[in-house]
Amino acid sequence: MTTLTRGPEAVKLPAPAPAARRRGRWVSIVLFLLPALVLFLMLVVAPMLVAIYSSVFKWNGFGGLPTDFIGLDNFTRLFTSEIFAQDLWHLAVLVLLSIFVQLPFSLAIAMLLNQRIRGRALYRVLFFAPYVLSEVITGVLFSLILSPGSGMANQLLSVFGWESEWLADPNTVMPSLFLVMTWKYFGFHMMIYLAGRQNIPNELIEAAQIDGATGWKTFRHVTLPLLGPTIRISVFLSVIYTIQLFDLVWILTGGGPSHSSETMAVTMMDWGFKRSQVGYASAISVVMFGLSLVFALLYQRFVMRRDLEGATTSAGGRP
Amino acid sequence: MKRSLVLAAAVILLTGCSGGGGGGEAAPQQSSGGAPAKVTLEWWHLSTAEPLKSLWAQRAKEFEAKNPHVTIKATVLENEAYKAKLTTITQSGKAPDVFASWGGGVLKQQIDAGLVKDISADVADVLPNFTPAALSAYQLDGKTYGLPTDIGMVGFWYNKKLFEKAGITEAPATWSAFLEDVKKLKAAGVTPIALAGKEKWPGHYYWAYLAMRIAGLDALKQAASDHDFTKPDFVAAGQQVKALADLQPFQKGFLGAAYSTPDGQSATVSNGKAAMELMGQWAPSVQADSGKGLGDDLGFFAFPSVEGGKGSAGDAFGGGGGLTVGTDAPKEAVDFVKFMTEMGNHSKAVEAGGVLPVLKGEESAVKDPNLKQVATMLASASGYQLYLDQAYPPAVGQQVNDSVAELIAGTKTPEEVGADISEVAKSEG
Repeated sequence: MTTLTRGPEAVKLPAPAPAARRRGRWVSIVLFLLPALVLFLMLVVAPMLVAIYSSVFKWNGFGGLPTDFIGLDNFTRLFTSEIFAQDLWHLAVLVLLSIFVQLPFSLAIAMLLNQRIRGRALYRVLFFAPYVLSEVITGVLFSLILSPGSGMANQLLSVFGWESEWLADPNTVMPSLFLVMTWKYFGFHMMIYLAGRQNIPNELIEAAQIDGATGWKTFRHVTLPLLGPTIRISVFLSVIYTIQLFDLVWILTGGGPSHSSETMAVTMMDWGFKRSQVGYASAISVVMFGLSLVFALLYQRFVMRRDLEGATTSAGGRP
Repeated sequence: MKRSLVLAAAVILLTGCSGGGGGGEAAPQQSSGGAPAKVTLEWWHLSTAEPLKSLWAQRAKEFEAKNPHVTIKATVLENEAYKAKLTTITQSGKAPDVFASWGGGVLKQQIDAGLVKDISADVADVLPNFTPAALSAYQLDGKTYGLPTDIGMVGFWYNKKLFEKAGITEAPATWSAFLEDVKKLKAAGVTPIALAGKEKWPGHYYWAYLAMRIAGLDALKQAASDHDFTKPDFVAAGQQVKALADLQPFQKGFLGAAYSTPDGQSATVSNGKAAMELMGQWAPSVQADSGKGLGDDLGFFAFPSVEGGKGSAGDAFGGGGGLTVGTDAPKEAVDFVKFMTEMGNHSKAVEAGGVLPVLKGEESAVKDPNLKQVATMLASASGYQLYLDQAYPPAVGQQVNDSVAELIAGTKTPEEVGADISEVAKSEG
């Protein structure tokens, strides 16, 4: 992610300064960076190192630093744990659903709202609004709506003689959860796609139309390829978000019924804070970190390489 | 990732730089000769509901009036928030001067971490005033680490009207009679039991009581040390939970239901939509809060005995509350705890219906007929078992909750449940 935002090196320096002045500049750069750097080291790097450190200990989190070294036992236990295997499965399901359902849906809405239709500004705001809500509020809202007994969803559906137990049934909890995630996030992806679409010069679309391309063909052969970089970014954000998914699940189901909607972050919270096995919970967080890191590196290396090298999003890149 | 890592690490970081917050800012105990030096007591508790909230505040004022050099700084938090805050602050190595505790395994962990003061000598003079059941959660290895303010037990709170409708004339005394009554209720078109499946702890009451009745109190105590929950008696308890769950006695969507929300377990009973719930002594007040309330239709009966079981039908399961003292707290902290649990002071809270008697002879102060019944049963209880999620270390307690939830949801067998709990118990070992 960090490689996307180009740092100061992109700023064209004026004609070479004398050595003394250049050194002065370095001193001030370091001075100005220092506060942010100290905070970054204290709040991001140090906790990460401590988490990695404590993941090889058996530790309940009380008093001082851990002392009971157990090597990789926490990791062995994790990789043989049924619940962790389920967590990974849930991750896979949610990632696939996001990529093949949520994102295409957002794209369709974005294309629709790019047309000249009445009140499209209003629609854009309305569809984006759920993203602005906090996850906790969304969670509470939907636990009320999806309540099997008195919730709005069942009251509405009962008109058609249909009802569901939503979050209360192990078989329907994942689709229900995905529904809430989509409600909350499709507006965000829609916004990205809209912005991406508006970067496509209209001449290209017009040229295609003059060549006789129909609506679908224009979309398939002109709009979609040019939206490529935007889509790759939104897939990336979506996957990283899903790996860390926590707040929404915690409020809606707490991971239940009987672990059927549990994610890695929920498992970690459960062991670290409810069960006081901080060493084991740290091991989970280390695996989550590794997973995100490997995915991010591979994805940037193989999928987003072209985007990062220049082509479309090279605004700040070097020639 | 970042957020979750930071979450885990924030706590760890707190531990790393222990030192801040929590502890008593006790000045030197006594300024030479003259009046005692000023002392501020940090007091944490979780009585957010009336009448206790204002009653406790009044007592604190009275204590300040009697001891002008003491200022009491109270922090009152709701249940889950309290547990979370206490965990972080104790992980940082500094406990508040006086704080509420349920006793048991969580208290033991705090004692092992050197956060709780042994007050045996300071309270020796008042110990005989307390009922043994109330005191037991705060005594470990013959030492006293706190004084109780509340004690209660879990039992069935039922709707007399709905029982009548199903033709049930008396409360079931045995487990098989209970299962029969559940069938009768179902046949009469009544949802027999409300359960908060999302929160897990209400479900563990069933397994715990059945284990007490079938395997006995000693077996539960022994399991804490030999980490073996696969014994036949424990599996039998699991089979009985399954037998109950197989009757499908719970309300629609119970797996997603919370306890005290507007459509939760408590409200379901309170609004007459289910005939009973297995819950602690606070059930009537939560019911009054969450729904219409049953008024005189609400009744209480103890968990039935199990035929052929090793446990006595008089054994009670539950917990209460109490006050413990932080290691570095000034001596006034102990005085305050003693003050709060004095007969005249404590009985006011009992009279108001906020807590149940912990002192001998306090039963007469209970006004509510249902609570009176609970208090009487408690006073004559043949044995007492603390909530398993408090009695055992947190990891084991939570696993019991988790496993029983899986048993009720039908995703695990009684044998697997025993094995799962044993595995976690061994990891704590």
